[in-house]
Amino acid sequence: MFENFDAILLARMQFAFTVAFHIVFPAFSIGLASYLAVLLGLWLKTGRPVFLRLFDFWKTIFALSFAMGVVSGIVMSYQFGTNWSAFSDKAGPVIGPLMGYEVLTAFFLEAGFLGIMLFGRERVGRGLHFFATLMVAGGTLLSATWILAVNSWMQTPQGFAINEVGQFVPVDWWAVIFNPSFPYRLVHMVLAAYLTTSLVVGAVAAWHKLRGRDWPEVHTMFTMAMGMLVVVAPLQILMGDLHGLNTLEHQPVKVMAMEGHFQSHPDGAPLILFGLPDRAAQTVHWAVEIPKLSSLILKHDLNAPLDGLDTVARELQPPVEIVFWSFRIMVALGFAMLGLGLWALVAALRGRLHDSPWLHRAALVMGPAGFVAVLAGWITTEVGRQPWTIHGQMLTADSASPISAPAVGASLVAFIVVYFAIFAAGAVYILRLMGRLPEVKDKDLTGGPLRSAGITPGPAMEAQDGH
Amino acid sequence: MDIDLPTVWAAIIAFAVLAYVVMDGFDLGIGILFPLFPERKDRDVMMNSVAPVWDGNETWLVMGGGGLLAVFPLAYATILPALYAPLTAMLLALVFRGVAFEYRWRSDTGSRRWDLAFFGGSAVATFAQGIALGALVQGISIENRAYAGGWWDWLTPFSVLTGAALLAGYALLGACWLVLKTEGGLRDAARRLARRAGLATLAGMGVVSLWTPFLNAGYLDRWFGWPTIGFSLLVPLLVAGAAFGLWRGLTRGPDWLPFVSALGLFVLGYAGVGISFYPWMVPFALTIHEAAAPDESLAFLLVGSVVLLPMILAYTAYAYWVFRGKLRHGEGYH
Repeated sequence: MFENFDAILLARMQFAFTVAFHIVFPAFSIGLASYLAVLLGLWLKTGRPVFLRLFDFWKTIFALSFAMGVVSGIVMSYQFGTNWSAFSDKAGPVIGPLMGYEVLTAFFLEAGFLGIMLFGRERVGRGLHFFATLMVAGGTLLSATWILAVNSWMQTPQGFAINEVGQFVPVDWWAVIFNPSFPYRLVHMVLAAYLTTSLVVGAVAAWHKLRGRDWPEVHTMFTMAMGMLVVVAPLQILMGDLHGLNTLEHQPVKVMAMEGHFQSHPDGAPLILFGLPDRAAQTVHWAVEIPKLSSLILKHDLNAPLDGLDTVARELQPPVEIVFWSFRIMVALGFAMLGLGLWALVAALRGRLHDSPWLHRAALVMGPAGFVAVLAGWITTEVGRQPWTIHGQMLTADSASPISAPAVGASLVAFIVVYFAIFAAGAVYILRLMGRLPEVKDKDLTGGPLRSAGITPGPAMEAQDGH
Repeated sequence: MDIDLPTVWAAIIAFAVLAYVVMDGFDLGIGILFPLFPERKDRDVMMNSVAPVWDGNETWLVMGGGGLLAVFPLAYATILPALYAPLTAMLLALVFRGVAFEYRWRSDTGSRRWDLAFFGGSAVATFAQGIALGALVQGISIENRAYAGGWWDWLTPFSVLTGAALLAGYALLGACWLVLKTEGGLRDAARRLARRAGLATLAGMGVVSLWTPFLNAGYLDRWFGWPTIGFSLLVPLLVAGAAFGLWRGLTRGPDWLPFVSALGLFVLGYAGVGISFYPWMVPFALTIHEAAAPDESLAFLLVGSVVLLPMILAYTAYAYWVFRGKLRHGEGYH
């Protein structure tokens, strides 16, 4: 098996598959960790039990999602060496220390405090428990920062030299970390994580609402999720535009592929809304375009000239078909998120946020939109970087390990089988957790001694909170 | 600065790997012992005894791997392809056992399945790590800054032996952890298992130690040459001391003594491997200095590590302290 396959293609498929599965979990847990910290903070500040119940509700889901993120992440940290050893040898001196800092500042922090956050509230007291929750949330953000510095350096490398054995060696760490695309990518990704989480929280609330469960927890979730959405969605669209302009400056070929511009347009490039890009024919079939709009968006001038892929050698063009479509999916979902946020805003202004079944249905349908948009965005930026691993410096074809196709193929099949089985089960468990009722844990609500004897009357406590 | 950065980093990476081996060692060991406890409530306690810390334990594996990429990229780029199959098996096995920590509590009907995943994942991951160690000790072939062997080179009788020895060793750590953390019938059962695992571990260490010098003349020189022969003579005495502590702790107590003695055995075995390797990163093929990244990379990461590693050790110790003491039936975190 696999003797006739190209080992590099199989290695690329393996990396794409494992990283695509992995990114789903951090995208969710970055946002969810922050949400948990906010919920716990609100509970400590206001003392309202609804916040603690929501914390406990989402905490369990976080634990599951985090475990899946950890195990799929460990795979990533070894995949560089198993399948991309030439890249690791050459780029290790630059990207390795950044990943080292990710482990030292983020992974240990998250893992060290996760146990206390999940299981330790009664053991360490409220203040330290809140501190642990903040550390976990901070850890997820630090992790994103370092790994995006690495990825951004591969997109827009600077601050390095090449030594006598062909390794990239750091010359200026500040320039390496704060490379041109890093700030844009970081903000874009963190906002994406927050959007993803808001949409999931909103969808869970909407599902309970549609089932007629009019609890205060559901109201609070829905209000918080839609509030977050209406603020973050427009910010994200603005940020995406800035990120695109940054890409145009530093990786113009990627933007040509995103736009489907095979031809150069010396006096104003059209915006191709849809069409079928065809690399062999170097054209977009059945293109639906708006004249000059691309130049307006990218150059803020209707008649600004824009180069096309005809200025790039064929073998240095990225797979336009993929990038063109993944980009459109991401953008469309971004606007759909904005639409949902505005709809919720209008409903709230009219006092009908919790009383609009169609809004709730829309929020439910949009639940997974964040994940899809994150994946589409990453496909755009990663596939758009091809054929390079380090843009303009190192080709993907020169980056792989000297491993034969059967070995890469066999492990790829193993990853596919295991991931689908494991993560499908995980998805079922997470959905099941999302569908249950937020539990009342009496001892936490009394504010009294942590181990109050006997069972505190549940109904009285529930009455306090209005249900 | 006159610090030999590659040597400093070799010591830090060696520490990270040791930390991984002993810490994830006992929670992998719990998984290995899982099928030997027929009562579900015992298995609940066993898993709960490591649930708050396993994630931190496993982070040391990322530190070992990620750290290698950062400071010894050439070693990372040659060892990992050489160990392609066992490492892939280890990663997939860790997926199974990692998710089992959460999934097991989410399903009544499926909990047996996830018990099996927890056991199978722990056992396969351990066996693969042992094989990886054996394959590294017997040497891997490197040409032109790349792995030059085939993808079955790791599989030899010696590597299978080290795999089996590590299974016994982690089972010992796991059983001793249970002696430390549990009471009653569960602790008694763990004591019995620890005795058997202890004998198997000592036998494994003995055979591996006798075999290693004959794999390569370099090891023979190292073990029986001056001055390292002093260590070769001292280690068996220290091992005997640790074994005595283990036996005594398992027969008369106190409950912390077996775990500490088992840790001692691991540290001694690990030190033996370290003495055999130094100054090689990959034995007889790649030295620490050849594999090292340029000093700019090493210095940059060291500056932070000097501050961060003590902090990590401090809050890790704190997390262990928070969850200290014996765990009773029905007292769980889930």
